Amino acid sequence: MSILAYNGAAIMAMKGKNCVAIAADRRFGVQAQTISTEFEKIFEMGPQLFVGLPGLATDVQTVFQRLKFRLNIYELRENRRIKPKTFMSMVSNLLYERRFGPYFVEPVIAGLDPVTSEPYVASMDLIGCPMETNDFVVSGTCSEQMYGMCESLWEPNLEPDDLFETISQALMNAFDRDAVSGWGAVVYIIEKDKVTKRFLKTRQD
Amino acid sequence: MECLIGIQGKDFVLLATDTISARSVVAMKNDHDKMYKLSDNLLMAVCGESGDTIQFSEYIAKNVQLYKMRNGYELSPHAAANFTRRNMAESLRSQRSQMVNLLIAGHDKVDGPSLYYLDYLASLNKLPFAIHGYGSLFALSIMDKYYLKDLDFDAAKDLLIKCLNEIQKRFIVNLGRFRLRVVDKDGIHDKGMVHAEPDESTK
Repeated sequence: MSILAYNGAAIMAMKGKNCVAIAADRRFGVQAQTISTEFEKIFEMGPQLFVGLPGLATDVQTVFQRLKFRLNIYELRENRRIKPKTFMSMVSNLLYERRFGPYFVEPVIAGLDPVTSEPYVASMDLIGCPMETNDFVVSGTCSEQMYGMCESLWEPNLEPDDLFETISQALMNAFDRDAVSGWGAVVYIIEKDKVTKRFLKTRQD
Repeated sequence: MECLIGIQGKDFVLLATDTISARSVVAMKNDHDKMYKLSDNLLMAVCGESGDTIQFSEYIAKNVQLYKMRNGYELSPHAAANFTRRNMAESLRSQRSQMVNLLIAGHDKVDGPSLYYLDYLASLNKLPFAIHGYGSLFALSIMDKYYLKDLDFDAAKDLLIKCLNEIQKRFIVNLGRFRLRVVDKDGIHDKGMVHAEPDESTK
């Protein structure tokens, strides 16, 4: 089995009308054994910028810490908030530095531009090859299921409340068909003037 | 084959470890101490490859002490757990990584009691209860059913004995006695050894 599926994770991000959403499951397990249902996989990298890190849990924590360090240095040097696209390059660069001994994470990025509030979602593979889309991105151990759910539920120009319902249903129904992810979820809805964090109670099997 | 158990209570953390020192199928020693004192309010239980367990935990323990001497104040349990994690994460991608699983128990004046679970891949989790080793296969479900938030020492010890009984009953390896220690605001306290109670059916 792949080392990327050792701890289990499911993360997705979606664009809406002047808003974006990012959601993840909360399980930490060692193969089939669940250890915790309160594991953090989505991290705040700015007031309206979030990164989700599915993959090997040790690298989730290491990559987050190293990214946070680089981001702090960037914001001190530039004296302004980072753009989501620039942040994506930062993540990509960090991962590609380990091209031949990679960190086993496949990040998802969601945010609003700090100036124009333009929605932005992107994902990348474990060596930092980026993919920007206009609809949604998924990453984790049940990506096939997540693609299926997103493909059938997502539509353009969703309002924040509808986007919350869409991403929650898409994520829950995807990871309920996966043995190594699930056990609760967290959803962030990012709007111009507020961010809403909600925890979902989901199936516990 | 080794087993480490941690339970966080209302104002303390209880750690229990088996006491067997094994080389392949032979038990060399049955009063082995697998816990290391990091500071006055920090205790670490270690299992894994026998050389690494001692080497690594002593390295961490001495560095926690060094930090205290240099800065005049102690590392909090959270800080000590993250220091340990970073050390393991860095060694993970080196030629020879540390093959150790840890439980870190601490008490902090501000944060209260805390229990950290750290596996050999350096994934850190803060948990109310945790078990390393094969024992987890049998005892985690007991914990899920009977663990209550804010339990007192007697309740924690009862829960521990429930777990040990189940391990004794279903696990083919006899882990023997378990050493018990508690970390609370007053420091680390020895609570002696505990045995699984004899099975009803064999009386």
